[in-house]
Amino acid sequence: MIDQIPLTHILFLSTALFFIGAYGFLTRRNLITMLMSVELILNSVNINLVAFNRYLHPTIDGVVFTLFIITIAAAEAAVAIAIIISLYRKINSIDPEQADELKF
Amino acid sequence: MILGGALLAVTARKIFRAAIALLVSLIGIAALYYWMHYEFIAAVQTIVYVGGIVVLIIFSIFLTHNPGHTIEEPVSIREAFAFTGCFAGFAFVFSLLNRYSFEQTGDALNHTMQVADVGRALLSTGSGSYLLPFEAVSLLLLASMIGCIVIAIKIRTHK
Repeated sequence: MIDQIPLTHILFLSTALFFIGAYGFLTRRNLITMLMSVELILNSVNINLVAFNRYLHPTIDGVVFTLFIITIAAAEAAVAIAIIISLYRKINSIDPEQADELKF
Repeated sequence: MILGGALLAVTARKIFRAAIALLVSLIGIAALYYWMHYEFIAAVQTIVYVGGIVVLIIFSIFLTHNPGHTIEEPVSIREAFAFTGCFAGFAFVFSLLNRYSFEQTGDALNHTMQVADVGRALLSTGSGSYLLPFEAVSLLLLASMIGCIVIAIKIRTHK
């Protein structure tokens, strides 16, 4: 079943996912949705690693890398949400344009 | 399903709908891992992303928004630039991938991953094993947990 679909199709999928995430990151004006876009980008990288491991490299290196990326993504999401909530308490908004207290 | 969920997640006007679309996309990715016979990665994806990060995002949406809040429209010139840039990048990578044909190595498709191998690689030293990154990542998780608590508590004691 898996040999009916070439590796290129999965790479197309992950490329599309990456650029959808990048588009969302550039256009959204809301910190939580920007965080969601970052999650999409990280997931596309994970798909790439797992697909290369499946098709081209019969060891477990890609799987271990994917596990590390998932761990780092979880830590990053937790820290980002803590920052978002404390920013919301401070300026009562999560629009990144309004967080200008460090501007000179 | 993955791409549809992802598109909805970055374009939906209601933030809660965007979170649900992200959930659909992540479940689709977990299904893709199942399809590639990496059941362990699929389980980790389901637990950490679907069960952890999306719930965290939904919590923070409810802490910072009124229900039914509509997100502001993006700045139109920025949206146009972002769309052009992303589309150009996608077309570039697409053409590169089209031109290069990946040679499949012989037994890679029949290779099955044992979860015990992952555990052995994570907890042993020597070549091809990942003890040092494993410890570093556990230290990072501890640091980020403490950091979250510090960040979230500081403001409350100021008030």
